[in-house]
Amino acid sequence: MSALASMIAPLILGGVCLFGLLRGTDVFAALLRGAKDGLGVVRDILPALLILFPAIAMLRASGLLDSLAGLTAPALTALGIPAETAPLLFLRPFTGSGAMAAAADIIKNCGADSTAGRTAAVMLGSSETTFYVVSVYFGAAGIKKSRWAIPAAIAADLGCFLASAWAVRLMI
Amino acid sequence: MFMSILWTGLVLVSILYGAATGTADAVGAAVMTGAEDAVRFVLGMGGAICLWCGVARVMEDCGMAAALSAMLRPVLRRLFPSASRDAEIMDALSANIGANLLGLGNAATPMGVRAAQGMARHADGKASNELCLLVVINTASIQLLPTTVAALRSACGARCPFDILPAVWLATAVSLASGLLAARLFARFWP
Repeated sequence: MSALASMIAPLILGGVCLFGLLRGTDVFAALLRGAKDGLGVVRDILPALLILFPAIAMLRASGLLDSLAGLTAPALTALGIPAETAPLLFLRPFTGSGAMAAAADIIKNCGADSTAGRTAAVMLGSSETTFYVVSVYFGAAGIKKSRWAIPAAIAADLGCFLASAWAVRLMI
Repeated sequence: MFMSILWTGLVLVSILYGAATGTADAVGAAVMTGAEDAVRFVLGMGGAICLWCGVARVMEDCGMAAALSAMLRPVLRRLFPSASRDAEIMDALSANIGANLLGLGNAATPMGVRAAQGMARHADGKASNELCLLVVINTASIQLLPTTVAALRSACGARCPFDILPAVWLATAVSLASGLLAARLFARFWP
């Protein structure tokens, strides 16, 4: 399992490029163009993270994050969720960059391979910025009455958070 | 406005709590180290992000997303019975889901929006059950390979950035299942 996990990135890299080559795609040119797109992604996320990191670092340094984790710990641990992930749970549906800054803070402080660090990563990787997605889609489609879309999306988020914590504990 | 309030609130609360609990020095230092960390962190992730954007481009160019979309059609026809009667909407819909699975954000959103616009055409500003379902699936993040998170873990010194994959798949499956279940329930009763 762990050998497969460590080989998955090179395998996908090789597999995709072989598939592309067999279908006559100029793979190298596509990789270069994509890497250039990536620079745009980096340029787009840097300003938001640059502004959000100090705010979260201040919150961490003030000791409030730890107190908050202590406060929510009884409820979260009863559900099997590491208390350190509390800030991520609150930010995830509302702000993509805020969630990334919070997750980075948790992963850095608890350790990338710790249970809390892994749980934060899994939560971030298996959820979306719910309210942003809803507003993009309904805004573009001219929808005023969103009916049950938001409650159902929140149900999916809650399922995601619980399952992330359980899956990490199951797999370590 | 949400972000402005959130940011200002975070800063003010940190100052007050720091002053009250005697951690003001640490709070002051965190302002600078936080900004420094952000640059180090984004640059650390940047390489991996560029590499995976390259792979995403190859997937797009060689028609992998299109092949996956074709495979998804039978499932989508059952989830979206009335939208699937319109070939144009069905094309956009399956392209959206296929691109989401492969993590091609640049391709997924325009396709999803096109499908949503098609579904909303005769809706009078009120979302149909199928349109709600499309949005719920798009908020559930069905990406099979969370490369940005792997880049983040790598930048934070993870031993094997992708070893969370099985957990991500399980969490994604549960998330999608909860969304679909809620959708099925709500679609029946919601006016």
